[in-house]
Formats: sequence, C-alpha cells, structure tokens
Amino acid sequence: MSPTATRGPTPGTSASQANSRVDVRKTYKLYIGGAFPRSESGRSYAVHGAGGRGTPRFLANAAQGSRKDARDAVVAARGAVTGWAGATAYNRGQVLYRVAEVMEGRADQFAGEVAAAEGLTTARARVVVSAAIDRWVWYAGWTDKVAQVLGAVNPVAGPFFDISAPEPTGVVAVLAPQASSLLGLVSVVAPAIATGNTVVVVASELRPLPAVALAEALATSDVPGGVVNILTGVTAEMAPWLASHRDVNAIDLAGAANATGVSWGDLEAAGAENLKRVLRPAGTGTVAVEPDWTLTPDLSRIRAFLETKTVWHPKGR
Amino acid sequence: MAKLEYAPAPESRAVVEIRSSYGLFIGGEFVDSQGGGAFPSINPATEEVLADVTDASAADVDRAVRAARAAYRGVWGRMAGADRGKYLFRIARILQERAREFAVLETLDNGKPIKESRDVDIPLAAAHFFYHAGWADKLAYAGLGVAPQPVGVVGQVIPWNFPLLMLSWKIAPALACGNTVVLKPAETTSLTALLFAEVCQQADLPPGVVNIVTGAGATGQALVEHPGVDKVAFTGSTEVGKAIARSIAGTRKRATLELGGKAANIVFDDAAIDEAVTGIVNGIFFNQGHVCCAGSRLLVQEPVADELIRKLKRRLATIRVGDPLDKNTDLGAINSAVQLARVRELSDIGEAEGAQRWSLPCDLPPQGFWFPPTIFTDVAQSSRIAQEEVFGPVLSVLTFRTPQEAVAKANNTPYGLSAGIWTEKGSRILWMADQLRAGVVWANTFNKFDPTSPFGGYKQSGYGREGGRHGLEAYVTAGDLG
Repeated sequence: MSPTATRGPTPGTSASQANSRVDVRKTYKLYIGGAFPRSESGRSYAVHGAGGRGTPRFLANAAQGSRKDARDAVVAARGAVTGWAGATAYNRGQVLYRVAEVMEGRADQFAGEVAAAEGLTTARARVVVSAAIDRWVWYAGWTDKVAQVLGAVNPVAGPFFDISAPEPTGVVAVLAPQASSLLGLVSVVAPAIATGNTVVVVASELRPLPAVALAEALATSDVPGGVVNILTGVTAEMAPWLASHRDVNAIDLAGAANATGVSWGDLEAAGAENLKRVLRPAGTGTVAVEPDWTLTPDLSRIRAFLETKTVWHPKGR
Repeated sequence: MAKLEYAPAPESRAVVEIRSSYGLFIGGEFVDSQGGGAFPSINPATEEVLADVTDASAADVDRAVRAARAAYRGVWGRMAGADRGKYLFRIARILQERAREFAVLETLDNGKPIKESRDVDIPLAAAHFFYHAGWADKLAYAGLGVAPQPVGVVGQVIPWNFPLLMLSWKIAPALACGNTVVLKPAETTSLTALLFAEVCQQADLPPGVVNIVTGAGATGQALVEHPGVDKVAFTGSTEVGKAIARSIAGTRKRATLELGGKAANIVFDDAAIDEAVTGIVNGIFFNQGHVCCAGSRLLVQEPVADELIRKLKRRLATIRVGDPLDKNTDLGAINSAVQLARVRELSDIGEAEGAQRWSLPCDLPPQGFWFPPTIFTDVAQSSRIAQEEVFGPVLSVLTFRTPQEAVAKANNTPYGLSAGIWTEKGSRILWMADQLRAGVVWANTFNKFDPTSPFGGYKQSGYGREGGRHGLEAYVTAGDLG
C-alpha cells in the first residue's frame, strides 16, 4: 500500500506523486488545554522526513513552541489535575481505552505519519502503530489495579487502622523520546496519566508530526482538555523552563537522549529547586540513550510519578 | 487547676559509660581520624561536655566508603538473605537488651525527656531492625521484581531530633536489602550512633558493613558527593535536601530525601475536644517540637476555637519542663544553642507580624537551652510562623469555617509531610484524607510511627518512603523493578 492510499492526508505527499487531485494539507499546531493554538510566538519550523537518500523531504511546518507556550501548558495541566486525579480509576481506564479505540480507527493515518517521520516502510510503521495502540490498552487496564498492587494495609503494633495508597504526583513535564515519535511518546504519556497526573509533553523535536496526530486523537477521545498538553518545537529551548517551573511536580527526561543541546544533568539540577521527582533517561553515567520501546513495559514509569499516602485511625469501641 | 507537685525522679545515668573521646567506626573498629579535628558533644540540658567527637575529614570519608565497598563485594552483597536477616535480628535483640543504656545516653546527648527516649525512640529503633530482619530473605515477595538486587554502598546522613531512631530507619532497610552503609550522625548527637557501633561489634557484624563517620556539614557533603556512593539517604532540612538533589543531578546516584514539614492539625467543631487537645499537645510538644512532621499549625473550626484554646492552655499548665532525665518531665531541652536562637528568632518575628503570643509561665533551668511551650493566636496565613518550620515547641493557631477552607489552608505551604484531622464524622475523615497533600495523615491521633508504616512527604518535604514494604524500594536496583 502506498502512503497516498491512506485515509488521512499524508505529510509531504505532492499532487504529482499519485493522482491528479491536489490534496488538502494539515496545519500542525500545539495542543494546550484541549485547544489547538499556534505558538504565541508566531514561529514555526520546517519538519523533514527521516531516512531515504538525497535531500530530506519536506513534510510540513510545525509550530515552534515558546517559553510562554510551555507556561500556558502548565497552567492548563494544573487546572486539569483536580478533575482527572479525582475521576474514578474505572473512568480513567475507560478514557485510556477510548484513546486506543480512536487510534485503531485512524491506524492508517498514524502509519502514514510514522512512516514519513521515522523513514519506515508502511508495513513497519503499521507494526509500530499497533504497538502504540496496544500500549494504551495495557495502561488502561492498570488504572484500577495500581492501588491494590502498590498499596498496603500496614500491621502496626497498636490499635490502629493504617493504610497506604498511591496518589498522583500532579503535573508532570515529559520530554518525549526523540527517535520513537509515536510508540515512544505513548510509552511515556500513558503511564503518567493513567494514575491521575496531567502532563505537558515536549514532542520529538525532529519528528513532531505524529505527536500532533496523537493530540487530534486525544481531542476526539474522552480525555479532558488539559490532561495532555503537547508542545512541538526545540527541546533545548522549552525543557529548561519546564525543569525550573515551580508548579511542575515531576519531570520525565526520556527525551533528553539525543536531543540537540540538552544536558539532562542541568535539567535535573534545575528541578531540584522545588524538589521535582525526576525520571532520568536510560543509559549509564552521563550518557543518555533511548530505550527499545517495543519491549514490554513494567511498572517503573507508573511508580515514578506516584506519591504514597499513609492514613492512620485508632480502633475502639 | 494547680499543678500537682512531684518529687524529683531522676533516672540513673550510672548505666551509661561515656568515653572521653571517640574515633570513627570504620571497617569494624574504632580508628583515629586522618587529618580531621574534634569537637565536643554537650548535654543541652546542662551544657556539660559529654565527650569529644571526631570531625571526620574527606580522607576519613573516603576510607569509610572503601571499607563499605569491600564489605559489599566481599561478604554482605553476596551473603544469603537468611543470614543477613539473622545479623539484623541479633542487632534488634541487643538494642532491646541495652535499651536503658541507649535511652539514658540519648537523653543526655539530645535533651529529650527520658520517658520519650525510653518508651518511643529506643523501642521503635529495635522494632525497625526486627521488622527489616524478616525482609532480608523475602525480598522476592516485596513486589520489586523477582530477584531484587542491592544498590551497593549507601551514604546516609541523619538529623539530631531522633538520633538512634533515624539511624535505624536508615541502616535496617539498607542492610536487609544487601547494601553496606556509611552513616553520618548529626554533629550534636553522635553518641548513640557510636554506641551502636559497639552493638555491631557484639553482633559480629562483618567489618565494613556499617561504618559511622562523625562530623558536621562538610563531612556530610563529602559523603554525599563521594563517587563511591551509589545511593544517598538523607533526613534533615529542605535547604540541604535541595543541595543534595542538585549535587547528584546528572549522575546515576539515587536519593531518598525526608525533609521539613509544616503540618496542619485540623480540628472540626464535632471533634472530641478533650481527645483533640491531647493530640494537639502530642503533635507539637512531643520531643520539644523537634519533629519534621510536628502538628505546628493548628487549624480550628471557628465555633469551637475559643473553647479549644482555653482547654489547650489549661492542659499546657500541667506540662513539666525541666531535667530530661527526670521520669516526670514532659518537655526537655532544646537541642542546641543554634536551634534555640532560631526558635527565639521566629517567635519574635511571629510577634512582630501581629500574632498574639502566649507562653507557659514556668521556671526554666539556669543552664542549658530552654524554651517554654508557646502558642500563637491570630496568626495570619502569610506569617512566617505559619509558613516556616520552627522546629520547636511553638504552635500557630489559625481558624477556618468550611472543610474546603481547611483544605486550602492546610495545603498552602511548600511542604507536604503530614497532617492531622479531628472529627467524629467518618466520611469527612476520608474526604479530608483524600484532599490533603501530605504523605502521612493522622486522623483522631497524631505522631504515630511504626516500622511497617511508610513515612515520607509530598512536594518539598522530599521523596521516597521509609518503613514498610514501600521503604525497601529505595534500597534495591531498579533494573528489573516490576
């Protein structure tokens, strides 16, 4: 199947390539508070396809998010915490599953986006999209099990009922993986929001278009506005503002690996100012590497953005 | 109500033998410092010098980390869990056997009342070792992967408010999981840690598994920043906690930080007022208020505010301030001159900012560091005594009308360590517990601790948990963390 046969418009497809119809191209925008604004800075940057030979193929202009866009996104994320963290775990599970349903219906579009962004064959891209959809399903099933698996009733030495349960940390800034533009993105967003956190995501700098497609799927799922906010642009420009932001509770540095001009150590140090919970990038020493996102995940990304609350009460007649 | 007169009932200090000076405990023996100095450890109730303690140098820290590494590689990291457990059981038993000795020494060095060191600190410390001993061969059942591995060498820095208890919170889980440790006690309260070194010797704990380096901030910094340390565990101020978080940024060192707090103790109008009064007193005057989770902000629902404050003052009139070794003493000495200065300074600021100060009229001993139980009323939400950790016997009282207002005020600090709720309405307790951004919530009780119960904060009160199954997570590798 050629990319032009997909249902949605495929970036970079020119009229002369396939048929005579001039296709309608998409404007790729930010996703903040459930809306699709352009960058307040008015900037955009050219996005090219990966792989292939010769001159990189122009795909589209993406919005180049700014410091103010990042701050607006944090405000939107903070505003969404109470409702999302307060939703029942069953409800959050259904919402995450709904994202999988919506993506499944648009699998061809996502495959086209991923193929263009990552330089994959369409067949290979379909495998990646399927894995991304399945990842939503996996995390959807976790929402109402985490408290039982990670919580405890504590047998204290006294006449007290004592219980420990996980709670979301709050607003999580996420640097999405640079290489895996969709599967990697879903693999870092889903575990954070499954437990009731809200996120501000900096999409892959050079491969941002699948993230915008995901935003469109989220907007038409039942994910409340502000729970996931996605910024496209230069990681090195936006990440420091998120790392030092006082109203961000945690930061996932996965996307620091192979991001131009980004030092994850500096970002972690900036996060120390309000004691952010930091999920370091994979790798050893100072070297950050992007992990293999096709591997079956474990609970580590869920754990990273949870607090444990312990409640005591006396027993008595 | 007149205070009942009690005859003095001092605990004998004959049970304790304090040496005139102490070296460092490295590789299973007491050794002299390489290039470090010494400083006196004093009794804060009398200002009497108890002993000279070594101010460990960076070279000493390096030696201790190497000893810990050798013990980790050579014996402890590869020992069967069941055997590690037996050593920890031995330590728990020895602490129980020598409990009175530890209690008296803790009271002498720290200034806390003997009834607290005897009934709380030492028994809980022993219980922590007993609890974690049982985990050593059962880690595969802890939900941390099928074969959790130790992290390696752990650098631990603890505060002066619960010296031996904090040592046990740090060392017991670390050892149970197969790590070796270098621990630095606080500079004003090193003596029970040094006595604990003798316990390790009596237990025949392999040399280097536990190393104790005494000293001040520079020693702690050398330990935290030592490249041979795989994990840092710190309890202390938020300011130092942030410095540690910065110093390990960009490395693969892990950290758990248990930092400051400004807990709200929230009393609703339907609470059992007399029980609440007892809980409030325990919440802020336990251990002279030198408690990171102290209930230092009393939030009272308006209809019962006057009655509660009246009863609180009447209750405080029965508090006995004085000789910490006296078995009737409720409130002992402030731990150091530095801390006393801070409590005084913040209290003066509270007054200057318009709050009404009430201190228990009582005779304070002429020597030592003392501060009377103090209550501030009419405290503004923005006042520094409502926002900052005083870490002393000083209670700020604020009022509220609705549960929503109580939640907003309770959560309005950068901290999130603990909170208290007093109401007879069960559904309100559970709703409030959900709303409060705090790691430990005590409902109709306060300041309860147990080895099985995870402890630790939200927000700027730090991260990681200590105690219970959750506390093990910090001491095993994340490699195959399930």
